[in-house]
Amino acid sequence: MIRTIAWRELRSLFLSPLAFVILGISQIILARLFLGHVNLFLMIQTRLVSIPNPPGLTTLVAAPLLGNAGVLLLLITPLITMRLIADERHNKTLTLLYSAPISMTEIVLGKYLGILSFFFILVALSLAMPLSLLMGGQLDWGMFGCGVLGLLLFTSTLAAVGLLVSTLTKYPAVAAMGTFGVLFLLWVIDYAGHGRGPGGLIVAYLSIVNHFEPFLRGFFNTSNVVYYVVLSITCLVLSIRRLDADRVGT
Amino acid sequence: MPAGTKVCVDKKLSPAFNARYEKRDRHLQNMIDSEVLVEAEGVSRFFGKTAAVADVSFMIRRGEVLGFLGPNGAGKTTTMQMLSGNLAPSSGRILIAGHGMQSDPRHAKAVLGYLPEHPPLYRELTVDEYLNYCAALHRIPRAKRRAARERAKGRCGLGDVGGRLTANLSKGYQQRVGLAQAIIHEPPVVILDEPTVGLDPIQIREIRLLIRELGQDRAVILSTHILPEVQASCDRVQIIHKGHLILNETINDLMHRVQSQALIVAFRRDPDVALVQSLAGVQSVTVVEDKRLRLFHEPESDPTDALVRLSMEQDWGLCEINPEHSSLENIFVELTGEQPEPL
Repeated sequence: MIRTIAWRELRSLFLSPLAFVILGISQIILARLFLGHVNLFLMIQTRLVSIPNPPGLTTLVAAPLLGNAGVLLLLITPLITMRLIADERHNKTLTLLYSAPISMTEIVLGKYLGILSFFFILVALSLAMPLSLLMGGQLDWGMFGCGVLGLLLFTSTLAAVGLLVSTLTKYPAVAAMGTFGVLFLLWVIDYAGHGRGPGGLIVAYLSIVNHFEPFLRGFFNTSNVVYYVVLSITCLVLSIRRLDADRVGT
Repeated sequence: MPAGTKVCVDKKLSPAFNARYEKRDRHLQNMIDSEVLVEAEGVSRFFGKTAAVADVSFMIRRGEVLGFLGPNGAGKTTTMQMLSGNLAPSSGRILIAGHGMQSDPRHAKAVLGYLPEHPPLYRELTVDEYLNYCAALHRIPRAKRRAARERAKGRCGLGDVGGRLTANLSKGYQQRVGLAQAIIHEPPVVILDEPTVGLDPIQIREIRLLIRELGQDRAVILSTHILPEVQASCDRVQIIHKGHLILNETINDLMHRVQSQALIVAFRRDPDVALVQSLAGVQSVTVVEDKRLRLFHEPESDPTDALVRLSMEQDWGLCEINPEHSSLENIFVELTGEQPEPL
C-alpha cells in the first residue's frame, strides 16, 4: 500500500514539467560548479606535488561538489515537497485516501518514500559528475562513500521537514515558503553564536549543515547519523499526528 | 478480515496469496450477510460551539436506498463525512457492517465506497490510471484490477473515456468517474454526497437508475436537497434540519405528506366564489389573483370532477386546473413550524 502511494506520487511528479525542470536546472548549476572545482584542481595540481601528503581529487573536487549539491537541494526542497499534502488538500483528493482502508501512517510513509525516490534520482544524477573523474584519476572510495551517505541522510531529512510543513496547510505556496523558512533557519541558526558558550553549543548542534560537513571530510560519526534519523522520524510522526488531527480537529 | 491476514497487493501473486485473498472475500461476504450495514448512534459533531450535527441516530439495512434530505447547511455533508470516516464525530458511534469507524477504521472503510461533494480526482492522471490507483488503494489484487476497473467504467458509462485526462472531462463525466471510484471495489455500503449535481437531465436519469440498481443488494445513502431526487431513487428518507433529524420515514409515507390537498384553478370569466365553496369536499377557497382560485380540499375527496361540471354549467371558461404539490419548503414548515432558509 505504501508502495502504491509512493509510486503515484513519483509518477505524478514526472507527469508535470516541474520534475524535469528541477532535474535539468540543478544539473546545469552543479555542472558549472563541478567545472569550477576541476579547473581549480588543474591550476594548483603542479604545486600540490611539492606538499607532503597532498589532498587529492576527492577532497578538492568530489567533496565540494557534494557540499554544493546539499545546499542546492536545501534550496529546491520546498518546490518539490510543497505539493505533497497541501495540494491534495486543496484539490480535495485527500478524501480519497481518507476513505480508503489505509492508515495515516501508510499515507505519510507512502508520500515520504515517493518524494525520497525523486530526491535519490536527483542525487544519483549528480553523482555522475564526480564519477566521471574516474576516467582520468582516482577517487578515495571511503571518503567519497561517506560523503554520499551524508548527502542522502541530509536530503532525507530535508524531505521529511518539507512533508511536515506540507501537512500544515492547504496552500502549496504557503508550504513552500514555510519549508524554505524552516530549512534556511536550520542552516543559519548558528551564524551568530559560532558555537560559543553552552547555549551556543546547543544552537550549533541544531544546525542542519553542521552535521553534514563531517561526512564530506570523511568522518563518519554516529551522532551525526542519529541527528538526521531523529529529526526525520520526528517530522514523520508529527505529520501522521497532523493528518489524524484533520479528522478530529475543526 | 482477521487481523492476521495482512493483504499486500503489491506482492507477486502466489497460490498462498490467492488463497488468502479468497479467504478475505469469504469473510467480507459473511460481514455483508449481517443485515444492518450502517448504524449511527447519537452522533454529534461540533465546529467550535456550533453543532453541525446534533445527536443523530439511524440505521440502514442491506437492499435499502436512504435519502438524506435537507437544505444547504443542514448537516448533510458533515454526516456523510462522518459516515465515511473523513471526520470524527464529537460524540456518538458509527458502525459500518459491525465495525466501529473509530475503533476499527480499516475494516469499516474496506466495506464502503464514498463519493464526496467534489469528486476527488487527480487531474494529471487518465481515467484508467486513476481508477487503477483507486483499485489498488482498496487492496484489489493486481490481477483483478483490470476487470474491476472495466466493470465500474461500464456501470458509470465511462467506456470510451478511459484514455482521457480527468482534468479535461466535463463536470458530468468527472462526477461519473467519482462514482466509478466509489463502487470499483464492490462495496456493500455506498455513500453518495449529492451525486447528481452538475449533470444534465439524461445523465441524472442514468445515475438514478444506477443508484436503484446498486440499492438492490447494498446499502446506499445519498444526500440531496432536491425532493424529486429522493422520490425517484430512494426507499426511505430522512430529513435533516439544522443538524437534527426531524423526519425518518419510508418514501410512501413522505409522498402521502406531499399529497396534493389544494387545487389551483383559473377561469376566463369571473367565477362565483360562493358557488365553488359549496362544492362537496371543498374546505376553503382563496382568491390567488383575478380569476384564479386556490381550493383546499379534504385529502380523501377530490372536487375536480364537480368543479369541471360546475364551470360548464355556469360558463366560466375553465382554462387551468392544477393539483398543488406540497414542496420541500412546505414539509419543513410543517415539521419545524418555522420558515426554512431559502433553498
